Amino acid sequence: MASSATATVTLPTDDQILITREFDAPRELVWRAYTEPDLVRRWWHANRGEMTICDIDLRVGGSWRYVMATPEGFEVAFHGEYRELVPHERIVTTEVYEPVPDAEAVDTVEFSEVDCRTTITMVVQHQRKEFRDMHVESGMEDGLQDALDLLEQVAQSLS
Amino acid sequence: MARAATTTDAFNAIAEPRRRQILNVLARGERPVNDLVHELDLAQPQVSKHLRVLREVGAVEVRGDGRRRVYRLNGEALRPIHDWVKDFEQTWSERFDQLDAVLEDLKKEEDDGQ
Repeated sequence: MASSATATVTLPTDDQILITREFDAPRELVWRAYTEPDLVRRWWHANRGEMTICDIDLRVGGSWRYVMATPEGFEVAFHGEYRELVPHERIVTTEVYEPVPDAEAVDTVEFSEVDCRTTITMVVQHQRKEFRDMHVESGMEDGLQDALDLLEQVAQSLS
Repeated sequence: MARAATTTDAFNAIAEPRRRQILNVLARGERPVNDLVHELDLAQPQVSKHLRVLREVGAVEVRGDGRRRVYRLNGEALRPIHDWVKDFEQTWSERFDQLDAVLEDLKKEEDDGQ
């Protein structure tokens, strides 16, 4: 069944990214799809390539590594270490985009279920605003700040 | 020659907190410079300096109204930023659309197993 739900991305503070999305499934299943390598391989690529590596050692202190190869021949690699795991409820993990190893972020992913529907809330906490801005790939020097707050208002003036 | 109104410039223009504040005010409607001076509690030369940067990248436009200069937002110049944010959102939306498909399969498996 195709879904028309879209992920909502906001920049709540200078150094955070917040992503939320609701799923038509109980959270036990969402948790499985989020943490079992064979299942993660099927969605994390976002239609932008093929996952060549999906290692998950799901325990506190355990590490994970995701690598995607794009059709253009680029490799996109992330890794991290689990800091907190509450089955079906909460994952706290570090996240490093490998080309920028200094910019380690901490992701907090929460799974909440209402009427068999599960909402994923993911907060990506960067150490510095510049890293957050790199994460969203602005490619600018001065960094982009809370453009989204502004954009909500600006949207009306866009044709 | 003034700097070209490139994407990068639009990004830089709104990376400055005061300029973003000006855009926020103008998003509610056009304003003469004096109103902006009052609303931002900034000295007039500073406001004018920020407005000049915003004008250079096309983020605001100005018109004369008697002796006053009235500024208004040009949303189109901010579209690259809008698009950039949407692109990031798009990646996650597609990722989660794939996750939907995985979940459908898992639900089916559970039903079959019962």
